[in-house]
Amino acid sequence: MISFNLLVVIALAYVAFLFLVAFAAERRAAQGRQAWLRSPLIYTLSLSIYCTAWTFYGAVGYAARSGLEYLTIYLGPTIVMVGWWWLLRKLVRIGRAQRITSIADLISSRFGKSTLLGVIVTLLAVVGTTPYIALQLQSVTLSVAVFAEGSGTRWGQADLARAALWVAAGLAVFTVIFGTRTLDANERHHGVVMAIAVEAVVKLCALLAVGIYVVWGLAGGIGATLERIDASTVALWTPAPGRWVGLILVSAAALITLPRMFQVMVVENDDERNLGTASWAFPLYLLAMSLFVVPIAVVGLDLMPEGSNPDLFVLTLPLAQGRQDVAVLAFLGGFSSATSMVIVATIALATMVSNHIVVPLWLSARQQGATMTGDVRYVVLVARRLSIAGILALGYVYYRLSGGSAALAAIGLIAFVGVAQVLPSLVAGLYWRGANRIGAAAGILTGLVIWLWTMFLPSFGEGAVIPAHVFAEGPFGLAWLRPHALFGIDGIDPLVHALYWSLLLNTLVLTIGSILTFPTPLERLQGAQFVNVFEHSADKAAWTRSDARAEDLLMMAQRIIGATEAQELFRSEAARQGKGGYLPDVTVDFIGRLERQLAGSVGAATAHAMVGQLTEGASVSVEDLIAVADEAAQIMEYSLKLEQKSAEQERTATALREANEKLTAISIQKDAFLSQISHELRTPMTSIRSFSEILRDGEVDPEARGRFATIIHDEANRLTRLLDDLLDLSVLEHGQVTLNRERGTLEAVLDRAEAAVGPAVKLVIRRRRSAEQVPLETDLDRLAQVFINIIANAAKYCRAEQPELRIVVNSRADRPVTVDFIDNGDGIEADSQKIIFEKFARLGDTRKAGGAGLGLAISRQVMEALGGAITYLPGQGGAAFRVVLPEAARLAAE
Amino acid sequence: MNRRVLLIEDEPNIIEAISFILSRDGWTVHTHSDGETALDRVRAGTPDLVILDVMLPGRSGFDILRDLREGDDTRALPVLMLTARGQTKDRELAERLGATRFMTKPFSNSDVLHTVREMVGP
Repeated sequence: MISFNLLVVIALAYVAFLFLVAFAAERRAAQGRQAWLRSPLIYTLSLSIYCTAWTFYGAVGYAARSGLEYLTIYLGPTIVMVGWWWLLRKLVRIGRAQRITSIADLISSRFGKSTLLGVIVTLLAVVGTTPYIALQLQSVTLSVAVFAEGSGTRWGQADLARAALWVAAGLAVFTVIFGTRTLDANERHHGVVMAIAVEAVVKLCALLAVGIYVVWGLAGGIGATLERIDASTVALWTPAPGRWVGLILVSAAALITLPRMFQVMVVENDDERNLGTASWAFPLYLLAMSLFVVPIAVVGLDLMPEGSNPDLFVLTLPLAQGRQDVAVLAFLGGFSSATSMVIVATIALATMVSNHIVVPLWLSARQQGATMTGDVRYVVLVARRLSIAGILALGYVYYRLSGGSAALAAIGLIAFVGVAQVLPSLVAGLYWRGANRIGAAAGILTGLVIWLWTMFLPSFGEGAVIPAHVFAEGPFGLAWLRPHALFGIDGIDPLVHALYWSLLLNTLVLTIGSILTFPTPLERLQGAQFVNVFEHSADKAAWTRSDARAEDLLMMAQRIIGATEAQELFRSEAARQGKGGYLPDVTVDFIGRLERQLAGSVGAATAHAMVGQLTEGASVSVEDLIAVADEAAQIMEYSLKLEQKSAEQERTATALREANEKLTAISIQKDAFLSQISHELRTPMTSIRSFSEILRDGEVDPEARGRFATIIHDEANRLTRLLDDLLDLSVLEHGQVTLNRERGTLEAVLDRAEAAVGPAVKLVIRRRRSAEQVPLETDLDRLAQVFINIIANAAKYCRAEQPELRIVVNSRADRPVTVDFIDNGDGIEADSQKIIFEKFARLGDTRKAGGAGLGLAISRQVMEALGGAITYLPGQGGAAFRVVLPEAARLAAE
Repeated sequence: MNRRVLLIEDEPNIIEAISFILSRDGWTVHTHSDGETALDRVRAGTPDLVILDVMLPGRSGFDILRDLREGDDTRALPVLMLTARGQTKDRELAERLGATRFMTKPFSNSDVLHTVREMVGP
């Protein structure tokens, strides 16, 4: 009998060997020599983690109990690999195009990068996988216990538990080392994949060795073995069609949806073509694994003592016959099956837990965190490692809690049905663009609840979690909710019952939910990209034809990436082909390069659509357009930001220009003002000087002398008035005016103004005195000054035959009093209306009666000082001014 | 000797002053106070000399001067520019446009008289 210690040494040596294999593979990958690491053979072998300890040991036990039913577990995956390769190919293509890191990521991405779905699928995966990991721990510890028993020590529960703990810890170390060494964006683990490929070979060889030994060494050849089979109870077993179909379906679903299977099949897959090889090689592997299951079971039942555990026949049969070499090989096979499953499952789950639960929580806990990439990397790594440890700890705890093998026996199938709940959403996501987030979440949750109620919780045994009376009568007496007889349909096999109900309702809810609700734009976009992944995935380097002319391509490229860069690209390609100039031969290879170059500027989808137009004359599909529009929207958003920025600069420049113009204008105005003042002062001075000289020189007749003296006097007055006006305006402009508030009526002020302009003027003034009875309290002199200015202007400038001025007072209670002055002259042209209130804005140089062009400027200042306003009223026929009296000026009617 | 002066000016008092001075010296003084029609008035009246104000209603004295210098019959006509703005750039503009003489307001009567006499010659 091989000593227990030797077995431990062998096991440790085997583990050390695996470490070496993994290290070597990582090194080769780091050196870039990974061609054979990624060969179809390695890929196929890595898929063999489908065969866990449950299949390695359990299949024999299964066959011993249920005959050929164990075959369904192999048939499902075979059907998928051979018949559903189109689904797998699509999965792998999407996985690469979208950089999918796990099955939770796939579902979340497809449904608009939904966080909720990511969490749901992750939790489902953890719940479904934890018992499975526990099962592997159990198988390893049981197999070790078998050897321990052989060397004379009978293991108790405590010993088993300690062994399980060591195994779990060892697996955690291995997984942390090779699963989180690097943080690859693609989540590829060369070392791990290589190690599990080696383990795949070991477990196959081990099982074949046991099988060959049993058939030829124990049973005495094929013929004798077949006779034994015919004679055994296994032959009596008859298949139940419903259960068969159900088992095949659930194992087929498991191949796609089990997190570890998704990890090796999609995430770790470098090349779609690997699937081609795997589609025949993997079923072959499964066939080889299942070949000797029945013989071992039958011979085991024959030779082993009554009551021995058929789950361990693979190990105990050679041991009982004293073939320790075969037994050790079998042990290593089982060990390989268990560890490879645990390692990959743990990596897959850790990726999900850290990506969909830990990191989002961490990011939301610290709002600004996402920008610090180094920080995030560190957090992700730590999260991964903690998740790995946590998941293995969970598996260990489950193992300890579940205690015996009774609950564990069916665990594989329970897990299969659990993770199969993802299948409806996954398939719908790949083939039905209408499937949406709400439908998917509701469907998965529905399936999950039914699975928990009808399969997972009952698996602990009647009365363990769900009380016995609930099984018999349903919860709260609701018979239609009995865990094994939903909706009152009784008598179905519990597995089939759970499987059909959960998947059926899952699919139904998914469909209805998707039809009744509307997807978000991101979901629609992702849906299109998933469903139509073959039409526009980024690596469609498969440009089969190259009908495009180099000139056309160059023209297009110039438009997108600029003339210099495009010409450089074309020139270098031409040079590479050994040609001069800018027009290389259009090869498929070159088109691919060009497309990647363009993609850098306009996005992958747009580049592909544009190149496609030129090279294949392909019509652009709606999906292409959606993808293009998405890119365009991003680019537009970017350019919009730029535009806003440049608009801002434009505004600043305009403001500066305006300020500058204003300054210049002010300076010009100042010049013009001085020049104007000079003119206004010199004109009366000219008359004064000239006439005073005439008078001084004598020889003027008395009549003329008197007239000249009057002119001198008038002009001196005019000078004084001008200076008064200038001073007045200056005071008003600087706001230093003192108002002398008095009481009076509007009528009286208008009377004063009319009188001041003088009766000599032939202007006829029309007033309605009844409207002028408005009591006022304001600076009446100033107000009169404004009125005088307006009336004087009318007198001066109204060119009508019979000049006439209407003064219209409007004094409605609810608004300020207005006084309109409207003459019957030609009015003021629209252009001039704006400037009449400026200083010296005398129009047409009509200078009579000594106006210096300051009247309206002063009037405006006065009205402002009084708190009212004066405006020009356009469209009244003649010139029309409106004086708006200040609200405060009006006294309440007494 | 009956020489004719055309005075183009819009300030009534200045018209009276210049008219008085020149009349007393034996000139026949015609007056015109609108810028727009001034050119026609010159051509119709064929004066020996024109006294031209700058700021006129309708048209600036500078514009009128330019036209005078471009017309064949008025190119050599002596023109005395008068302006109340009195800035250097006005004087320069007047000389460039071909004013015979340039005076700023206010002026001394004897200066005007002497200038006018000089411009027409003996």
